[in-house]
Amino acid sequence: MSTTLESPSRTAGAGVRLEGAAPLTVALAGNPNAGKTSIFNVLTGLRQKVANYPGVTVERKEGSWTLSPDSPPARLVDLPGLYSLDAASLDEQIAHDIIMGRVAEVPAPDVVVAAVDSTNLERNLYLVTQLLEAGRPLVVALTMVDLAEQARLEVDARRLGEELGVPVVAVNAKRRTGFDELARAVIDAAGADAPRPKWRLSPAAEQEVAALSNGGGMEARAEALRELYGDDLPEDADRRELVEGARVRLARGGAQWWQEPVTARYDWIEGVAAASVKGRGRARGRTSATERIDRVVTHRLLGPAVLLLVMLVVFQTIFSWASLPMDLIDRGFGALGETVRAGMPRGLLNDLVVDGVIAGVGGVLVFLPQILLLFFFIALLEDTGYMARAAFLMDRLMRGVGLHGKAFMPLLSSFACAIPGIMATRTIENPKDRLATIMIAPFMSCSARLPVYTLMIAAFFSEERLFGIVSLGAVIILSMYLLGVAVAIAVAWVLKHTILKSPPPPLVLEMPPYRAPNLLNVAQTMRTRAWLFVKRAGTVILAISILLWALMTFPRSAAKPTPDAQEGAAVQAMRETGAEARGEPAPETVPEAGEAGDEGEQLRQSYAGRLGHVLEPAIAPLGFDWKMGIGLISSFAARETLVSTLSIVYNVGKDADAESPSLIEAVRAAKRPDGSPAWTPLVAVSMMVFFVLACQCMSTVAIVRRETNSWRWPLFMVAYMLVVAYVASFITYQGGRLLGLG
Amino acid sequence: MKLKFIFIGVIIPDMSLAHAAPQIMEKSPEREESGARCVTLDRLPAGASGRVAAVRGSGPVARRLLEMGVVPGAPVRVVKFAPLGDPLEVRVRDYHLALRRSEAETIMVVQSAE
Repeated sequence: MSTTLESPSRTAGAGVRLEGAAPLTVALAGNPNAGKTSIFNVLTGLRQKVANYPGVTVERKEGSWTLSPDSPPARLVDLPGLYSLDAASLDEQIAHDIIMGRVAEVPAPDVVVAAVDSTNLERNLYLVTQLLEAGRPLVVALTMVDLAEQARLEVDARRLGEELGVPVVAVNAKRRTGFDELARAVIDAAGADAPRPKWRLSPAAEQEVAALSNGGGMEARAEALRELYGDDLPEDADRRELVEGARVRLARGGAQWWQEPVTARYDWIEGVAAASVKGRGRARGRTSATERIDRVVTHRLLGPAVLLLVMLVVFQTIFSWASLPMDLIDRGFGALGETVRAGMPRGLLNDLVVDGVIAGVGGVLVFLPQILLLFFFIALLEDTGYMARAAFLMDRLMRGVGLHGKAFMPLLSSFACAIPGIMATRTIENPKDRLATIMIAPFMSCSARLPVYTLMIAAFFSEERLFGIVSLGAVIILSMYLLGVAVAIAVAWVLKHTILKSPPPPLVLEMPPYRAPNLLNVAQTMRTRAWLFVKRAGTVILAISILLWALMTFPRSAAKPTPDAQEGAAVQAMRETGAEARGEPAPETVPEAGEAGDEGEQLRQSYAGRLGHVLEPAIAPLGFDWKMGIGLISSFAARETLVSTLSIVYNVGKDADAESPSLIEAVRAAKRPDGSPAWTPLVAVSMMVFFVLACQCMSTVAIVRRETNSWRWPLFMVAYMLVVAYVASFITYQGGRLLGLG
Repeated sequence: MKLKFIFIGVIIPDMSLAHAAPQIMEKSPEREESGARCVTLDRLPAGASGRVAAVRGSGPVARRLLEMGVVPGAPVRVVKFAPLGDPLEVRVRDYHLALRRSEAETIMVVQSAE
């Protein structure tokens, strides 16, 4: 069977390949926005996995592609989106190394498939010229043919193939046409000789390249071009001398001598495009739909308004759509906890499993619906082309603080969760720019802050409306988001002018045409991100939940009456509890009051409770008492635990959530020792401000440790954010009191 | 504005030379009858088009601009400027590219008469 697939020349060329044994390795390359992801998703379906290349933080996407029924599926490696193979970014370096077979985990590709957008042929073909030079068998997958036709461009695939000297197959990911032909072309190409590039440099330059490639083949020529025209010099001293000599001779021809390969490739491309494209686009004076949309979307005044509106819609939707599945998950874990509690013998192990493991992991997984929704929107905005507009609108502001327009994406992702956001900073080339972006990403209000905002607003601002229509709660939540953004901008400015000083990064950003989103791509993005999040919940969060459980469980003194010095405090606490219980009209808390009372007592006696007391003098100026201090301590593991901790502190029972009436009542009714209410609207705002600004997330710390490869930056991040949060809360509370709001 | 003008004035005699110079001379302001003049890309008003005469910068940014198709001879059109006047959006080789004024300053264009 394999003999039909592998011609003699190929078997001879790759001697190690046994008949029918090893599957083909195919690399999928293409410009960003060329439709590469759609092709990858159609070809591999759900058979794909995402990993990192060792030592670097570039994501490696792989899947298996069934080329034909009677051959083993090919290993399809999705390269990062590229404009060029000359290594300007880490992505391009990795792609170049894979194509050249220099990455240990991936065998040298037998065939490279290049996705080429037919509406943007010339620039897409630039990468193709470099792939031709790389000397690997190449197949071009021509995408967006229907869109090109709408723009009155007819790309003749057969003619293009003749001009390029490689097979060209038109594919349509939405209608799933052309993929059988693509598979056949790949099978055939795997047995064929590599194509030869047809463009040439000036005679003087060709002479230098020939001398450097020393009579070698295409690969030697490609290497010589890289050495001669690249940014770096070869390491070998003799070789370096040769290259430097050649550069000096070429530079006599003009200061822009180094641009020659690029201009020569484009000269050739223009000829290829002229021969294979019929119709020169839409009639002059007629603007494209994209330009007409952009008249509004990137308009000086309307553009920012649209951006704000988009963000508002996204967040409003996340609030309203996610609540139902979140409730279901919450109840599911609650039921699971009850089942386990009943089914296991009572004791420490039971507590550990139910209160530590199930409650902890469940408390994180409850955010899965929000994360899925946010990634749905991010993928949608990216797939339609809006994300580049957002970067275009925001770049001037971002640059004002020394950041790149590209930082906008990671920062926007951080609104779901800082972890994927921090991972997304990998697209930023300059390490200092990337670090600055990482350092401010946690200021974006992530979904873990929502339960805290929700509780505070439900307790103190639920009924009030501004101008009769806008709920005050929504305005406050939006203000919290904006506060995070504002502080992030300020901090970025400071960082970029002090420890991370570097010139503002350049911006060369493609603004892709607006396109209908590919829902399969969107679904895949959601799936991948959700899995990353779940994995985190299963590891880091699990460990932290257990630690936190231990802090709140030990020493175990509450179960039996203690005659020691703590008794006074305990009695005092009991009295408070009683007072609160009387102040609570909510009837559903009564049946579990006894058990919840024990738990509240236990918490007060625990290490976490003692820490709360120790902390009280420090947090009193922010308006917080020691019970809130316990909440703050627990929230440094993960912000959302504030809600469950407060439920325990106020004896509501830990299954209460941010919207449960009993917890809201308890918060409203909580008293200080002097009888004044513990919580006021001002305290609630101060608490929210603290949560906007403090780095209360162990997982973020862990991911920053991994991404920066040192403990220095994560620890710095926790420390400075704590200072910023403290100062801001202090100003909020004390300033509010001065204004008579407290 | 003055500063920028001086900056360009210094740069042109200094570095442009070999590759770009002949093209610039050919369509310099002295030949007004052709209606063409050579300016940096950021000086074109929104809606104006021209042809790239030279990419003056060096290093990764200049290389990236070239790779994106901004090579001598390529037609460009300034589509618009972002709300705060920077970056700007240009159309080149059938697609749209956003770049900052600081990058656009390194691109010499011959403005077409329109």
